[in-house]
Amino acid sequence: MIRKLKRLAGASALAPAMLAACLATGLAVGPVTAQANTLRMAYDADPVSLDPHEQLSGGTLQLSHMVFDPLVRWTQELGFEPRLAESWERLDENTVRFKLRQGVKFHSGGEMTADDVIWTYQRLLESPDFKGLFTPFKAMNKVDEHTVDWVTDGPYPLVLHQATYIFPMDSGFYSGDDANGNPKATLKKHGDTFASKNASGTGPFTITAREQGVRVEFARFADYWDTASPGNVSEIVFTPIKENATRVAALLSGDVDFIAPVPPTDLARIEQNEGTELVTMSGTRIITFQMNQNRREEFKNPKVRQAIVYAINNVGIAKKIMKGFATPGAQQGPTGYAGYKASLQPRYDLAKAKQLMADAGYEDGFSITMMAPNNRYVNDAKIAEAVAGMLAKIGIKVDLKTMPKAQYWPKFDERAADMMMIGWHSDTEDSANFSEFLTMCPDADSGAGQYNSGNYCNPKVDELIVSSRTETDEGKRAAILQEVEQILHDEAAFVPLHWQNLAWAARSGVGIADVVNVMNFPYLGDLVVE
Amino acid sequence: MLRFLLRRLAQAAVVMFVISLLSFSIQDNLGDPLRELVGQRVSEAERDVLREQMGLNDPFLVQYWRFLGRAVEGDLGDSYFFKRPALEVILDKFPATVELVLGASVIILFFSVPAGVYCAIRPRALFSRLMMGASIVGISVPVFLTAIMLIYIFSIQLGWMPSFGRGETVDVGGWGTGLLTADGLWHLILPSISLASIMLPLFIRLIRAEMLEVLHTEYIRFATAKGLSRYRIWFLHALKNTLLPVITVGGVQIGTMIAYTILTETVFQWPGMGFMFLEAVNRVDTPLIIAYLIVVGLIFVITNTLVDLVYGLVNPTVQLAGRQE
Repeated sequence: MIRKLKRLAGASALAPAMLAACLATGLAVGPVTAQANTLRMAYDADPVSLDPHEQLSGGTLQLSHMVFDPLVRWTQELGFEPRLAESWERLDENTVRFKLRQGVKFHSGGEMTADDVIWTYQRLLESPDFKGLFTPFKAMNKVDEHTVDWVTDGPYPLVLHQATYIFPMDSGFYSGDDANGNPKATLKKHGDTFASKNASGTGPFTITAREQGVRVEFARFADYWDTASPGNVSEIVFTPIKENATRVAALLSGDVDFIAPVPPTDLARIEQNEGTELVTMSGTRIITFQMNQNRREEFKNPKVRQAIVYAINNVGIAKKIMKGFATPGAQQGPTGYAGYKASLQPRYDLAKAKQLMADAGYEDGFSITMMAPNNRYVNDAKIAEAVAGMLAKIGIKVDLKTMPKAQYWPKFDERAADMMMIGWHSDTEDSANFSEFLTMCPDADSGAGQYNSGNYCNPKVDELIVSSRTETDEGKRAAILQEVEQILHDEAAFVPLHWQNLAWAARSGVGIADVVNVMNFPYLGDLVVE
Repeated sequence: MLRFLLRRLAQAAVVMFVISLLSFSIQDNLGDPLRELVGQRVSEAERDVLREQMGLNDPFLVQYWRFLGRAVEGDLGDSYFFKRPALEVILDKFPATVELVLGASVIILFFSVPAGVYCAIRPRALFSRLMMGASIVGISVPVFLTAIMLIYIFSIQLGWMPSFGRGETVDVGGWGTGLLTADGLWHLILPSISLASIMLPLFIRLIRAEMLEVLHTEYIRFATAKGLSRYRIWFLHALKNTLLPVITVGGVQIGTMIAYTILTETVFQWPGMGFMFLEAVNRVDTPLIIAYLIVVGLIFVITNTLVDLVYGLVNPTVQLAGRQE
């Protein structure tokens, strides 16, 4: 590399200063990479805030897993793994007792106790983004310094799911007032708060420098409790690189060691390239279209909805538009979730679709409007165009509008088109969550069906979902949720397209395969770099 | 002169006012900022509470009046994303953009003048024809593509150049500069070339056309007849008059170039104002969008004023607006 630089500098007759410059860079880069324990990573965006409770988003959770630790966390197989909670047991129908790990140090030096956990839980209840997750809970009580009881309002099956969202914060560190006289614990959406710029957790990394939108630097926490972790990354330099092509180029040219997301167009290239490795997983975010029954009389007829589902070749979309980087589906929850029913498979059949249209009395078709975002989901606008083309074949003329997500969401809230695209990831990693937001009868008071722009409403589905909330027997609960998927499938409640796959790429020797997961928060504390 | 500057200042104030009004009135069409601030499961009712707290539910005039009141005091509001005064965020990003524009300007200046002059003096030479052909291609290839190609060739294939970012910077009196470190200069090369790629062909063609015209004027023929050396005629007499319109266009183009940095900065993840603006639009960070538009408007006014002043110095026959009557 140095010789190359020299040659270049000499050949183009640059000033001596420039030559020195090249040499200096060459030398500076050398030793740093030789240590191999600095991980230079690039994501498409950097965290909005250091406050883990400000925004419920992938970026916040990724950061939380670096700087904080949850009580329990997901394994790659979607099981639970003890973290700050060493063990747990169900005391009665409504209570789960968590035993906390002892001797866990915060970055500030203090020890983590039950008070910190309860303090954090109380703060979560004040977060507009997070409090919704905890509505089934009544209280969290301290038993002793390292034991808490978490009490629900009634029997609740997802206590551990929600425990993955509790990342104990250092209550001592966040107490008192900051330099401006505001309480350090203040939680504000768009404010210059102490917590949005400072952090103390128990996690594997501390933040050593941060320039928002440019880079974040992390260093391994010397007193990290998990001494059994194989992780050997001592420093992380995190750079957001917005542009897909540049992010891939940065990996291929060796400027960074680890990137995500990887655009579908570059998957093959990274896989074939020597020196880089690709890790992919079938994702959990379902992409769907909803058919608005309040706007269109036609959509009230299940036959028309079925015709639309039969007319859309979602297997073809996954193959051609998504380049195989998606798993075509016929239900809401992906495989691995309680409600997944293997017998429900994509059902593209154009002849049958035409027959259904004729049976419903719409042989001549009709015209509808459709809207989709163009920068929210992978290839969203292209998918919408393909769907519009497929519907034309059964006589449904589509007037399609695509727009950036910033403009799309207000339109979605208005239910501004007859068919609208919506993707959904269940933040509880559970099947019921899809129905609660997408297919339950819309009800402003309970918040059910908040994203049900189709206004599909079946009291039976509502009843089943409500009963699943209090069913703590896993087998019975799975049967209930599978019945829901079957009903939605039979009635063609919505148009299922596919689950978006996930991809990460790294230079060879960076063991990302062992630390990534479908939730897309890599456990970088456990990352091994050769 | 003073009168000219005062008049310009008044014009600038009007321009700023119009920009602020326009950008303020389009903000509702940019999207809902709340959507970018909260997670997907937060209900509309709760979003509305937050909207109310932020004063976004107030009537347009109330909001605008509040904005004007603060703007007069130099406060253009806080960025939602950066959680800091928008103007402060822009000033932080300003050096990166200025240095990028400077890098591109240096490239343009050093290549366009010799190339343009040569093409005018030897219009039929092979090099001139190649140059003219290449400049057409240069004008038509989008910056985006040029930048990606440069990264592909020099970063991925050859491994010579860094693929993104600004490299190491040092702080000189509040101005974070990359011009003083080797790493910083190294990172500046590819982005500067990309940014220059649109303007360079334009300037070569402009200089060539102007020079050709000047070479056909009476006084040049007279000078030739008088027996002056060809080089003296070309580089002293002809070039001077060629550069007059070039200065005008150049001044205006510097403003345009600052706008063009949006694409270059995005591809190279260059932490400047252009990239910041694009991100602000994506995030519906309205205070930052409005502040950016006002600052860019101000830059246009300032560069145009400077061009007028310089023009007056280069060509004494031109009178500034204030002296005309």
